[in-house]
Amino acid sequence: MSTLTPVMDRPIAMRLVRSPADRRRAAVDRTMRGLALAAAIACVIPLGAVILFVTVNGAAGLNLDLLTKAPRALGTGGGAASAILGSLQMIPLATLVAVPVGIAAAVYVNEFSGRRTATVIRFAADVLVGIPSILVGIFVFTFLVLPFKQFNAFAGSMALALLMVPVIMRTTEEILRLVPGTLREASLALGIPMWRTVLSVVLRTGLTGILTGVMLAVARAFGETAPLLFTALGSRLVNVGDFAKPMDALPIFIYVNARQPFPALNRQAWGAALLLLIVVLSINILVRARSWGRRAA
Amino acid sequence: MTIPGASGLPARRFTGRSGSIADRLFRTSTGVAAITVAALILAIGLMLLVNSGEAFRQFGVGFVTGTTWDPVAGIYGALPYIVGTLLSSAIALVIAAPIGLLTAIFLAELAPRRVAIPLTFLVELLAAIPSVVFGLWGVFVLSPFLGATVEPFLIKTLGWIPIFAGPSYGIGLFSAGIILAIMILPTIVAIAREVISSVPDSQREAMAALGATRWEIVWRAVLPFARSGIVGAIILGLGRALGETMAVTMVIGNGQNIPTRLFDQAQTIASKIATTFNEASIGLQTSSLIALGLMLLVITISLNIVARLLVRRVTTEGSR
Repeated sequence: MSTLTPVMDRPIAMRLVRSPADRRRAAVDRTMRGLALAAAIACVIPLGAVILFVTVNGAAGLNLDLLTKAPRALGTGGGAASAILGSLQMIPLATLVAVPVGIAAAVYVNEFSGRRTATVIRFAADVLVGIPSILVGIFVFTFLVLPFKQFNAFAGSMALALLMVPVIMRTTEEILRLVPGTLREASLALGIPMWRTVLSVVLRTGLTGILTGVMLAVARAFGETAPLLFTALGSRLVNVGDFAKPMDALPIFIYVNARQPFPALNRQAWGAALLLLIVVLSINILVRARSWGRRAA
Repeated sequence: MTIPGASGLPARRFTGRSGSIADRLFRTSTGVAAITVAALILAIGLMLLVNSGEAFRQFGVGFVTGTTWDPVAGIYGALPYIVGTLLSSAIALVIAAPIGLLTAIFLAELAPRRVAIPLTFLVELLAAIPSVVFGLWGVFVLSPFLGATVEPFLIKTLGWIPIFAGPSYGIGLFSAGIILAIMILPTIVAIAREVISSVPDSQREAMAALGATRWEIVWRAVLPFARSGIVGAIILGLGRALGETMAVTMVIGNGQNIPTRLFDQAQTIASKIATTFNEASIGLQTSSLIALGLMLLVITISLNIVARLLVRRVTTEGSR
């Protein structure tokens, strides 16, 4: 048996009489499979390298000062409190706006609209996901910054929301499509109105999946820099609650401090990058491990 | 109200005009949300079009072919940034397309499940790393590394070819291309894997019955069937590379001339906007930057549409 198994594993061509041509084919087969394996490993190396360097360099910068102190206006020292608090304010507001809009749009496309309308809106959402986020920054700048002649955190939140909406819509929609029609029929047959059926039966059934989509959108928003550059701008001041003024965010903090000529500020950038990476990767791992476990079951 | 039939997925779950006010209100408000999503993309396009008018009226075609970008003289030509964008993305594609395709083949066709599942997960994680973190890593780790090893080596061995000529600075077009390659790999792998997986088994079985090796099955049966979808995956990757901003801005340097060599410092459309938009004076200068944005939008949207049509062709054919 032990001698049989490896033979059975081989492609049929290799089990037959081996002419030189067969041997060449077998060699090509081996080489290309080896190359494919090498490519797969090459894909994972950058992930390892980024995580490794951010962890090593970030560990030196990620300390209590970074978490609690505001940046100094000039020179070095201080911390990233402005950025942490900024991200923690702008992202919840963005989520608050994006979640209802994204879910409602998904409900319309999946439950109410005709096939053609659905295709058009789905396509628009896909295109929206694909456009460079810096253009979203310019867009929001013209409507929410220019009229007030003031960079402001509200504009930053809206730019982030704009990026989150299509992501939430598409993931929600994929989930709603899996909710069996019989559940809707059963609910309607009990005399429950349509809107109640959608809210309490359809959305309730898909809740975990919808939350997965929302969390992934939040993780993406945490790392977005480009749309904030022309809207929230970033700030060396701690801004709590004043959405009419500029506000800092973790990715802006990293970008700005990475460009400074002071090693101490570069170290802060690494520390903030470690913090950001921890947040983004743990959301991704938690969320994906859940859906992954379900898929395996 | 018609109850959706049991056969297949109905086009819509709830049809007909329902009488209750609450129902109508609910339907209308979700409809408004859906239309908002579709309207946003139009609004962005329209806004860029209107606000770039001044630059295009002033320079016409010269905006695209002009090589000087001089705010003091009030002359704006976008060619250096267009070339920078195209070259950095081209470098990224040359590296990422073969590696991504081979990885997708490995994940979909060759690897056992217990290897493929965690590996797919890791590639998804690579996609989750924020652009600015790649940029930070690029500036302080990758670019110095390339500048100390790969670039001198290439200059020494291939330096007689003009595009490989020195000097090299670490940061520049080449670094930006490598960073972009890393960032678009997950896109190419994910879509290509999906496309390859949707190739019907009958194709593979027919080849296997003829005595083909595993690779011959992939090369002669699977890939031809999936070809247009794979092209779509690569185009989607290209679209992402063209529009990528932060990481590129941080590693491409700040070259204002048309790059002619691999190691030149350059700017892309996105990085030019990112670095100068806030300091630009309202008027012709912002209008010119927005015109850059409009070009970027048109290119990325058309690539996206083409790519999605190509991918859909394979995935729907395969499931039939």
